[in-house]
Amino acid sequence: MIVLAIYVAIFIASFVIVKFAVHKATTDYTSLKTVTFGDESAVTPNRIASVISILTIFLLWGAFTGSRLVPGFMHAPGPFMGDATFTYTAEAEGGTTDDATVTVRVFEVGTEVEMPEVAPGDGWAKNDVDTVGAWRSGLIRVDRNDELGRDQGHTVIAVNGTPIAPGGSVMTEFGRVGMSQKGTLNFEPAKGWQMEPIWLPPPEAVLARVGEIAREGYRDSTLWEHLGYSLFRVVVGFFFGALVGIPLGYAMGLSNWFRGWFDPIVEFMRPVPPLALIPLVIIWAGIGEVGKIILLFLAALWIMAIAARSGVSGVAISKVHAAYSLGASKWQLMRYVIVPNSLPEIFTGARVAMGVCWGTVVAAELVAAEKGAGMMIMVASKFQLTDIVIMGIILIGVIGFGIDILMRWAEKTLVPWKGRI
Amino acid sequence: MSGLSIENLSMRFDLPNGTSVQALKDVTLSIKEGEIMSVLGPSGCGKTTLLNIVAGFLAPTDGQVVMNGHRVSGPDAERGMVFQQGALFEWMSVRDNVSFGPRMAGQRERDWAGNVDHLLDVVGLRDFKEKAVYELSGGMQQRVALARCLANDPDVILMDEPLGALDALTREKMQSLVLRLWKETGKTIILITHSVEEALLLGERLLVMAPRPGRIHREYNLPFADLGVGQDLREVKKHPDFALRREEILGMIWDMEEEIMGRQEQSA
Repeated sequence: MIVLAIYVAIFIASFVIVKFAVHKATTDYTSLKTVTFGDESAVTPNRIASVISILTIFLLWGAFTGSRLVPGFMHAPGPFMGDATFTYTAEAEGGTTDDATVTVRVFEVGTEVEMPEVAPGDGWAKNDVDTVGAWRSGLIRVDRNDELGRDQGHTVIAVNGTPIAPGGSVMTEFGRVGMSQKGTLNFEPAKGWQMEPIWLPPPEAVLARVGEIAREGYRDSTLWEHLGYSLFRVVVGFFFGALVGIPLGYAMGLSNWFRGWFDPIVEFMRPVPPLALIPLVIIWAGIGEVGKIILLFLAALWIMAIAARSGVSGVAISKVHAAYSLGASKWQLMRYVIVPNSLPEIFTGARVAMGVCWGTVVAAELVAAEKGAGMMIMVASKFQLTDIVIMGIILIGVIGFGIDILMRWAEKTLVPWKGRI
Repeated sequence: MSGLSIENLSMRFDLPNGTSVQALKDVTLSIKEGEIMSVLGPSGCGKTTLLNIVAGFLAPTDGQVVMNGHRVSGPDAERGMVFQQGALFEWMSVRDNVSFGPRMAGQRERDWAGNVDHLLDVVGLRDFKEKAVYELSGGMQQRVALARCLANDPDVILMDEPLGALDALTREKMQSLVLRLWKETGKTIILITHSVEEALLLGERLLVMAPRPGRIHREYNLPFADLGVGQDLREVKKHPDFALRREEILGMIWDMEEEIMGRQEQSA
């Protein structure tokens, strides 16, 4: 909730600031339009907003994980570290009450820690020391070193002067002191607002992990091997899907018999999510490369067949008539009119198919694989290696985005007439 | 015998709801070689159907079209077609579009290059030959379509409202171009239009068709096409007969349209 509130606040604040600071900077044609609200063509992505948006995400990530990349004053309050103290009041047989101080050293998990040293103090209740990791909690047996132990009815009745009973708790400035049903104190240092690294590691930890895995690998394969295997499966699966799907789509667009024969199959298979085929493919082909490629082949096949089919049906009849009137044969019509005319549709289909394939391969690797981006994050998650999981998700996103950019570029280069007919 | 003859042509479309539409009924007509004929009529009179049958895209339910002594049974390079718009191949340059016919016939580039360049000169697109067709304006695209048709050297050129989508000024220039090409190449041209002025200007012979069933209503032989060759078409329009004919034909088409409207109101 706090994160969301800060996010919304940054959104609004930067909007207002940019609105007033960069108000008249643009002087292109759009800026002369008086009607902009409702005119979709006048809406272009504000690049400043894009940059701030990305920076905000990293800033929030850094601030709430105590990242070293974010200046200290911007950090969200972190967990308490250092020596926390509170006093307890105990009573024992004979009705005497006595106070003693507990000093708890709160340390960063994973670092060496020494017991704090304090003087035992006066009275029968002696001062106690203990250590607790940040974000953890620990039981503190305060009666252990006292002169009157539990045998003599040692009972803690107050913490920092506030009465406490089994099951209750007292908030101190360093954290919560609770009491178990048996009367043992339990100290839980203040957690602050930051995320614990095992839930969300700071950006630099993820970055460091990228470097480490790129050099040393994870699960017997380097990072590039994992990603390369995933990409290889997508490319091969898509290639065969297109190799079969495009001619199939053409046949369906050109022949009644093919259309009738394959329509029920294609129309049935198209809405079946490729993920639903994973179990069957594993049963039939195992978890090796063949199974993955068959799955991706099936994912791409129907999309490409439908794209090619609609590409053929999209040929303006006047173009076909024109070609025949100019003396083209059926084969020439195919080669010079139908195929080029269907290319824009096929490229749209290819973009969709590549996206679906990429998603499917990661999912298939999550289920079962020996190598691959999905396998990497799945295994890492089982060991609570959140930094690898986050790194994997980011890299999967970057590659998916890269594939789409590449397809768009290919489309622009190869079918420049798209959308201009 | 050279030339084109249309013999007792009838066309009936059976609709899915069981009724049928008589698009053409008993149309007989012969066109001499080198003649330019315009066809005019209210919408639904079957003029496009007639052209599609002549082109070979549709088979008539009755009658036949005879071209150069043989019966028309499908599209052929001897009958070129210029469409209203959208029939150019966007994936080819202007030059590749124009040379499409010769290339499909298997001619080598050195055999067609000269003629194609000449035609691009004639239609005024010499400097645009390497451009993509989608970069051209509507008028230029229609000039490409004309050149493409001529490059294939057909005996008859069929034009289905080729200038219908152009603005008035471009249209006038294109009308002059069509007349010039007609005289220079001596091709037989059948031109469908819904503009009375265009039909008068470009029709050595003018056919007015009537709807339901589609049939020939009247035929005119006109001097304006010959007058218009090499002359400002606005001068031709000042000819006293021109205005006379225009009013006469307009009145005729208005009457037909009103009759259709009346019939629709009766049935409604």
